[in-house]
Amino acid sequence: MTDMRFSKDHEWVRTDGDGATVGITDHAQNALGDVVFVDLPEVGRMVAAGEACAVVESVKAASDVYAPIAGKIIEVNAALSDDPGLVNREPTEGGWFFRIEPADAGEIAALLDEGAYHAFVDSLA
Amino acid sequence: MVESETESLAETPLAALHRDLGGRMVGFAGYALPVQYPAGIMAEHLHCRAAAALFDVSHMGQGELRGEGAAAALEALTPADVAGLKPGRQRYGLLTSPSGGILDDFMFANLGDRIFLVVNASRKEHDFGHIAAHLPRGVTLHRHEDRALLALQGPGAVPALSTLAPGVAAFSFMGIGSFDIGGVNAIISRSGYTGEDGVEISVPADQAEAFARRLLALPGVMPAGLGARDSLRLEAGLCLYGSDIDETTSAVEAGLVWSIGKRRRMEWNFPGAERVRDELANGPKRLRVGIRPEGRQPARGHTPIAGADGAVIGEVTSGGFGPSVGAPVAMGYVARPFAEDGTALDLMVRGKAVPARVAPIPFTPHRYAR
Repeated sequence: MTDMRFSKDHEWVRTDGDGATVGITDHAQNALGDVVFVDLPEVGRMVAAGEACAVVESVKAASDVYAPIAGKIIEVNAALSDDPGLVNREPTEGGWFFRIEPADAGEIAALLDEGAYHAFVDSLA
Repeated sequence: MVESETESLAETPLAALHRDLGGRMVGFAGYALPVQYPAGIMAEHLHCRAAAALFDVSHMGQGELRGEGAAAALEALTPADVAGLKPGRQRYGLLTSPSGGILDDFMFANLGDRIFLVVNASRKEHDFGHIAAHLPRGVTLHRHEDRALLALQGPGAVPALSTLAPGVAAFSFMGIGSFDIGGVNAIISRSGYTGEDGVEISVPADQAEAFARRLLALPGVMPAGLGARDSLRLEAGLCLYGSDIDETTSAVEAGLVWSIGKRRRMEWNFPGAERVRDELANGPKRLRVGIRPEGRQPARGHTPIAGADGAVIGEVTSGGFGPSVGAPVAMGYVARPFAEDGTALDLMVRGKAVPARVAPIPFTPHRYAR
């Protein structure tokens, strides 16, 4: 998982080909509880780093998901509309949210690496 | 994700048990309470409908009225029929304001020599102050701050509890009585707020943890938190004070006229009787309705409700995902012309219209032991 980077808002980013895939971390899905709906952004939308661009609904509450980097949304995970529980079961695999074409690839490198993210999560406890 | 500040919160007598069970503590009405245990809200909710779930509701206000004229004194504050309630029976009632708003909803029970009261946590200071301020000479209010309250809910609740207190199985819905369970004085009512059969059990605070552990050891019983309690009561179409009912809503608007005693509707001598009478005769401006959004997206409280022409005609007061329904469910107030079952509405969720229909409540049938 060395190619994965993390935001302090508990999103992960994985570079793949022409874009980067974004989802929420295992820590985030665990804190949210059972996910029942995901509101995904429109394909083609330009987002700024830190902009709220998706909403994840658990039984209890709605929470914003932020774009960890700036860029253009190029694909969203259609499987989540039928099976939002993927976010709980496979947060970093089948439960991905959207793919983004980075405006500046350097932004990804500037995010937390796995060790730094785990240290950040531990500091919250 | 914002975690509630839990430092300045009061604890219930079961705080250590919640920590032992891995409860995720949040602030609610000034108390630290588990929103869920490791099983999660969905599993806890479904387990309650299938077997039995134990909830800590010790944050709620318990008390009793004693003395000659206690029933009449309470009737001065509520439209419920208190005087006609037989010993060993409990009822749901409303405390109403002179202008016909709802000050709280509560349970009262005839324990023979006294009237037992359970009020909402967020309203207990208000309610007990309000009641105490209106008592005639000879009637006294005693708060039970030294008692915990547990709710054991679900089809397996009474069968499980019967192994400790066999008399409970003979109760019908809203039956109540005192029991000695291994030296623990328990006031048990066959009631609850999940739509399921079950009981609420008042026990001394210093014996509550050991008693709760005995209940958790009974077959089929698992602990459940505030999250499941909320989704269960929402599916059951039951009102949450402060969300679905408050000082601006009337019993007629809220669909709670059934809690007004028949005799009281002839006497019209309760606070706010004028508004209730007018709304019964002429129809209220708005009504509480059930709402089923299309698709899977939940609509939460305060979501605006629009009619077919886009004009806002109401607001969601409680909404979420119904684990037993398998779909989002909501309640809210709509202008009376839109209150018919099946009426098409738009729920304006984050600026986008989610199509929905007015639907009968409860969303899951009540399974009380009538």
